[in-house]
Amino acid sequence: MSAPQSPPSEWQYVAAAYLVVFVAVLAWIAIIGAKLQRLQRQLAELVRRAADRG
Amino acid sequence: MAVVSRTLAQNRVAAVGLLATVLLGSAVALIFFYAPTDPDQGFSQRIFYFHVPVALTAYACFGWGAWKALRVLWKRDEAADLESYVAIHQGVIFGALTLLTGSIWAKASWGVWWTWSENQLVLFLVLFLFYCAYFMLRFSVEPGPSRANMSAVYALFGVVLIPISFLAIRLSQKFIHPVVFTLHGPQMAGSQFFTFCVSLAGMLALFATLYAVELAGKRADADIRELRALLS
Repeated sequence: MSAPQSPPSEWQYVAAAYLVVFVAVLAWIAIIGAKLQRLQRQLAELVRRAADRG
Repeated sequence: MAVVSRTLAQNRVAAVGLLATVLLGSAVALIFFYAPTDPDQGFSQRIFYFHVPVALTAYACFGWGAWKALRVLWKRDEAADLESYVAIHQGVIFGALTLLTGSIWAKASWGVWWTWSENQLVLFLVLFLFYCAYFMLRFSVEPGPSRANMSAVYALFGVVLIPISFLAIRLSQKFIHPVVFTLHGPQMAGSQFFTFCVSLAGMLALFATLYAVELAGKRADADIRELRALLS
């Protein structure tokens, strides 16, 4: 038998709203970080290719 | 200290990012330790300090995207096409956050996650979906001047929805969505308005940072593609 669940209180809704914004910004930073790493790899490859050409 | 200020002066993106961090950090402190609890709505009214600035920032993103779109059509400014795209992309992110935070606030205040009888909510959803469709249009056309023109025209059409969405609750006869900004000024205490302004400034600074970083990334991507083509 499960215990009855009480509805979320007001502060839980407020915390959820602020958490949504915070998580979105963090996700955005992670995506941009991954993109920067990809650009760095591609640039390093191009530098190596240019060096091979002399 | 001198090194930090010199670095910030040379790197405007870092300066705006730092400003956004300081303003949003201050806004959170003001929201929870300075602004009084609203006598009508109680503690859940504190969602207002992020929800409304996020919505206004979404409008600002779409407005900025439309301005850049106008430059594409008017001045034949090729760089403005990418700038318009990035602004609209940011607008869709802030728009999604507006819908999410608004939905949470609606559940806390009205007891429902969404209501179709509210013009403000439905019009914002229409605006959001309109700009979501912008990406479908843009990526269904080959890159080039015709894609830039079509995207620009679409972005300009969307901006018409902004004043309609903003005025919807003021024109509506029957509403439960609160109206805070009226012709008689903001309907809130001075401390609440100050907190709201700090939060709005923080959100706009956050948009400026995200916009500049995404734009720099897209430009670097294009440069690398060009370099690869030259080396192959």
